[in-house]
Amino acid sequence: MVMGTDGPGFSRRSLLRGAGLVGLGGLLSGCGSALAAGVAGTAPPGNTLSYWNLLGGGDGLRMQAMEQAYQKQHPKIALSSVVLAWGNPYYTKVSLATLGQRPPDVAISHLTRASILAQAGLLEPLNKSELAPYGLTGGNFTPAAWDMAHTNGTLYAIPLDTHPLVMYYNTDICKKAGLLGKDGRLKNLDDPAALTDALTAAKKVTGAYGGVISINSDTATQWRFFSSLYYQLGGSVLADDGRKIVLDEAKAEKVLSFIQNLVKQGLIPTSVDYPGAITTFATGKAGFYFEGDWEITTFQTTKTPFSMTAFPNVFGGRYAVQADSHSFVLPKDPRRTDAMRQKIFVFIRSLLGQSGTWAQGGHIPAWLPFQKSAAYDKLNPASNYKQVANYVRYDERAWYSGSGSDFENIMGFAIGAVSAGQMAPAAAIADMKSRLAQYANTPSPV
Amino acid sequence: MSVQTIPVDAGSRARTAAAPNKRRDEGRAGWGLATPFLIFYVLFLIGPTIYGIIMSFFNSSLQHAGLGGFAGPDNYTQALTSSDFWQSMWHTVLFTLMTTPPLVAVSLMLAIFTDRLARGRWFFRLVFFAPYVVPSAAMALIWTWLYTPQIGLWDKWLTAVGISSPPNWLADPSWAMASVALATVWWTLGFNFVLYLAGLQEIPRELYEAAAVDGGSRWQQLRRITIPLLNRTTALVLVLQIIASLKIFDQIFLMTAGGPNYATRPLLEYVYDIGFTDFRTGYAAAASMLYFLVILAVSLVWFVASRRQQKGA
Repeated sequence: MVMGTDGPGFSRRSLLRGAGLVGLGGLLSGCGSALAAGVAGTAPPGNTLSYWNLLGGGDGLRMQAMEQAYQKQHPKIALSSVVLAWGNPYYTKVSLATLGQRPPDVAISHLTRASILAQAGLLEPLNKSELAPYGLTGGNFTPAAWDMAHTNGTLYAIPLDTHPLVMYYNTDICKKAGLLGKDGRLKNLDDPAALTDALTAAKKVTGAYGGVISINSDTATQWRFFSSLYYQLGGSVLADDGRKIVLDEAKAEKVLSFIQNLVKQGLIPTSVDYPGAITTFATGKAGFYFEGDWEITTFQTTKTPFSMTAFPNVFGGRYAVQADSHSFVLPKDPRRTDAMRQKIFVFIRSLLGQSGTWAQGGHIPAWLPFQKSAAYDKLNPASNYKQVANYVRYDERAWYSGSGSDFENIMGFAIGAVSAGQMAPAAAIADMKSRLAQYANTPSPV
Repeated sequence: MSVQTIPVDAGSRARTAAAPNKRRDEGRAGWGLATPFLIFYVLFLIGPTIYGIIMSFFNSSLQHAGLGGFAGPDNYTQALTSSDFWQSMWHTVLFTLMTTPPLVAVSLMLAIFTDRLARGRWFFRLVFFAPYVVPSAAMALIWTWLYTPQIGLWDKWLTAVGISSPPNWLADPSWAMASVALATVWWTLGFNFVLYLAGLQEIPRELYEAAAVDGGSRWQQLRRITIPLLNRTTALVLVLQIIASLKIFDQIFLMTAGGPNYATRPLLEYVYDIGFTDFRTGYAAAASMLYFLVILAVSLVWFVASRRQQKGA
């Protein structure tokens, strides 16, 4: 818009004024109908379904494929899917969008976080008779996940999967270390000495480390590893919805001493971050890797000779392993009609029906019709640990617990200090207790 | 930042007196031009600040609309008696103490070095300023790689020169803060460097010539001419640097996540944690207000000091 001369009766000022108005108008109308709808406070046009999730990487790609399949079956519905970065920013957005009465129609939430959102009154309770026509009934889901989807006796979420801590092992290294049986499967490591011996044998083969667990800037992984062992001893950390700390010092010390012993023997690296741990395992510098099931595709891509199995029952009590689940939730929306709810349930049912795609990412699908199928059994190594789905332990309920919470940060930081060889178990336990006590004494903001 | 007094001649004064209408027009035009900015300023700065002050007296929650129950001064008492609050406040101050002196001194040295070059000045100006334009996320990524134990470049170089067990940069509680500080010096040096370079160019060359004629050595010129005449620039650089360092969040959040075991968590991350992770926005607002007071105090010290400097000059 360059004008050499001002035309008659058309001054530069009026031109600018006009351009400004056009620009402002463009800002309001041109930047997508969603913004316009948001500014004007009207409902988005027509037959849409908005879906928020926090799935990146391989999970994100698989979810997109599932969405496309849904879209093919329902071409008349405009599915608008928004992927946001996982963690607190995601849950902050879900909360604020719901409070601002502009929530998505359906969203992914971890079950530990869905429970907090439900307590805050930000989720719509789900009526079982309303769900039955879609087959979304308790009998079709992993019982442990279905149970966790309830808060104060009411169903608020529909589980998609369970993602426990698992044990990755390098098949070449384990073979050389004599850890594989004749059938090619890993020996039983359900004992502190057995696991330590296996790590020692693997270390001899790699010349570097036996196993690897991410430590630096990673509180979650430390918590997963510690809590799985601690739960196997029958321990609990929180009670009474987080108002009480019931950390059993003797049990915690037993687990931390076990970790400290691995450090002292040089069986695990003491300074390694999340990508570093992946590299260590992928390049064969460690025979074992402890992480959630989602790194399966990473090692398939790096062509590491590996397999996966359930995290061993090291302390031999009732089997337990730390986990969380992805689930579908309906953020509260006063404008949501019954027709809309039905549309959402059809969508959820369609994604659950594609559990075969989802399971390739390592997560144990919650949808039993698939979990019990032969097709799932063939997914190797992704189905090697499916039996743990009913023995998993979710973070105990509290307004400050769950995936990405400060509860996991507090515990993970203190455990990490032991894993890094910087702190003695007793000091770490004192640290956990004093920090958790502050939270237990704070009235819930939820 | 020099204030110049413009001599007002009688003629212009007469002109303004003669045309009060025009002046009013200009005033109106001034407000008109400032309005778009003022609207944003009120909407996104003044408004939220006032809301934040109000919120700090309530038990506001991220999970509920509105302010929540009235808390009175409870949030403030809780912050002032919380060991976590003081620990993170100390980390913020420690980071400021670690980064401010080198960021002022080193940028001054590099500016003097560049200023004295006869040739290739543009090259060094570019080199020293370039890191400043790198986004914090990229900078954190690069330095996390550099600091990676065993396979990181630092460790490689140090082992090459015979230091066999280099510190565990980001994972050792006694090294983590220093490591982030070092990365920050590299990253933000360029800004102070440019300010100093501009300050140096304002010093009249004749002073150096006169000093040379009088037999002043290079060192004497630096001590008696360059540094005293850069006083104002130094005051500005110092206060901008202190405020920038007090605002530390990005690098630590990205490089150590406040760890190991909370050993580097700065105050802003504490506010982020209690506000966004723990949903306690009222308490977070109170902690921010206390932090705001610290920054305000620093600014006031600078304000008083620079006033005095101006009077002295």
